[in-house]
Amino acid sequence: MSKIVKTATGLLCGVVFMYGLYIITHGHLTPGGGFAGGVLVAGSFILLILAYGSDVLMLRKEETESSVTESSAILIVLILAVIGMFAGGAAFMNNYFQFGEVGELISAGVIPLYNIFIGMEVASALLTIFLAFVIYKKEVLK
Amino acid sequence: MDNLVILFVIVPLGSAFLIPIIGKFIPHFQKALSLLALLFLCTLILNYLFTGNSQCIIYKVAGWEAVENVPIGIYLVLDGLSAFLLLIINSIGFLVVFYSFSYMRKYTAENYFYTLLCLMIAGMNGVVLTGDLFNLYVFLEIAVIASYALVAFGIEKDELEASFKYQVLGGIASLLILLGISLLYWQTKTLNMADISHVISTQADSKTTLFIQIILITGFGIKGAMIPFHAWLPDAHSSAPSPISSMLSGVLIKAIGIYAIIRLFYNMFAITYEIALIITVIGTLSMVIGGLLAIGQWDLKRLLAYSSISQMGYVVIGIGMGMLILISNGDKMVASMAVAGGLFHLINHAVFKGLLFLNAGAIEYATGTRDLKQMGGLAKDMPVTSSTSMSASMAISGIPPFNGFFSKLLIIIAAIKGQYYLLAALAVLVSIITLAYFLKFQRYAFFNKTKYTGSALVKEVPFTMAFSMIVMGVLCLVLSLLIFPGIREIILSPAVEVLMETTEYSSKIIGL
Repeated sequence: MSKIVKTATGLLCGVVFMYGLYIITHGHLTPGGGFAGGVLVAGSFILLILAYGSDVLMLRKEETESSVTESSAILIVLILAVIGMFAGGAAFMNNYFQFGEVGELISAGVIPLYNIFIGMEVASALLTIFLAFVIYKKEVLK
Repeated sequence: MDNLVILFVIVPLGSAFLIPIIGKFIPHFQKALSLLALLFLCTLILNYLFTGNSQCIIYKVAGWEAVENVPIGIYLVLDGLSAFLLLIINSIGFLVVFYSFSYMRKYTAENYFYTLLCLMIAGMNGVVLTGDLFNLYVFLEIAVIASYALVAFGIEKDELEASFKYQVLGGIASLLILLGISLLYWQTKTLNMADISHVISTQADSKTTLFIQIILITGFGIKGAMIPFHAWLPDAHSSAPSPISSMLSGVLIKAIGIYAIIRLFYNMFAITYEIALIITVIGTLSMVIGGLLAIGQWDLKRLLAYSSISQMGYVVIGIGMGMLILISNGDKMVASMAVAGGLFHLINHAVFKGLLFLNAGAIEYATGTRDLKQMGGLAKDMPVTSSTSMSASMAISGIPPFNGFFSKLLIIIAAIKGQYYLLAALAVLVSIITLAYFLKFQRYAFFNKTKYTGSALVKEVPFTMAFSMIVMGVLCLVLSLLIFPGIREIILSPAVEVLMETTEYSSKIIGL
């Protein structure tokens, strides 16, 4: 890619990443949440890969990592939900933290935690899919 | 037990995501974990069946209580019918995992195989447990998306094509189901199945309801591969790795296709004559045409796949006939006999069709071919495969004392008592056709004089594969016991009762 694209992407991807994090952490207050924010976070990584390119070996390593992150994130969501069976209302997915004040960032009990880990899961899943396509294409062309 | 219902979803889901992380570092972890998870679930459901006295367990996810008798959270409902399906899913799943130990060795990426299998089982368990319509859709998608990937697991040309075809038709089905669910939500302003049933019974707008019912029959009909919608099944079920074919044919089309039709049209919608007739006609078409199409097949797994369509026709006929008799104020005993026949054939089909696909896998494992013309004289070299497949073939063609005989007998007797003589005659006729193409399979695979001439040295399959086949072969015989009083009350009768009560399902759950 040309220098213009690289510089512009370098400036832009940080903003996209931060916006994704904002959407994830404010999931219980504003529209959007784990999924929408996760897509944005994945988008910032994909922009970087598209602009700067990368060799297959690096991509493979990255794919392994993102795949492990994905599985771990969904496991943590499951564990958070299972903890509900032992705390508070004793039911799966029960909201067992204090709710706090409506409209504050730290409120809504366990929901923000779900949002954060679902955001992680979606971001790494989309990244894994993208990387799988890139690796496949590079291997076929070779 | 009350709080353990959710484990049917948590355990396979948790195992599915533990496998790709820990399986990387510890060899054989994936096999041990999926086997233990399914063994645990089998014990759990058997424990419920033998001690629970068929009580209906309602699990409120996240502890959301109903407000003024209107359910606001997701309900999981474990009653006789769900327990019946859970038993099939988890026990067949357990045997299939055991079989896969040896069979999957030739594939790479075993971790992903067990991950997807656990995911598919989590989805199916969710579908049969949930009492919420949108939740049913979500679990259905989990199960079918995992199955799309599993069909393409060999990533050869045929597998990818079959998987693509399956995805396109499955996508259309999902779209129709989602459309039906959203129309229903628009009409009733609720998603809980019991509540929908309650609201619909007070509304007079029957045209919208009829439209929704047609859309849902089409959607679930595609998922269950009923005859006008069956195009994907022969490709998908014959291209998948054999344990997966066994899972798809034995369990998946029942859990997400037939089960959903049964549950929605018995317990949620009020039964109408038109819908009952449509379901019966679709069942008859599947039974007859599926059987006729199977005769001409020379690819062993394609033959079995067409035979699945035909046998599921029997199940649907039993169910549809039950509805017809109920709506025309016929004898309730006859209706319950027809439904019992259908459900009995459902569990029988899960066992013998699962076994036949495992046999096909064993033959493919030993000889490397699926073409019946290239086999021959395998009976001497593969005694276990030969004898178990004989048992399954006899069962599926309805030879006494195997289980298939009793379920077909129940359906035929119910058809005669309900004065559906044409259906009874067709059921007998298709049973003979079934015998014909299974004799063809037996003859060309095992007893032909022309010996198999491939390069591979034919010998019996490894222990884990043989073990699963033997267990299922014995089950073909043992399941006949389900028809006798004393054992019938444990597994079959509670499931039939749930359906015979029709819309009382709703009052039981929302407590009105």
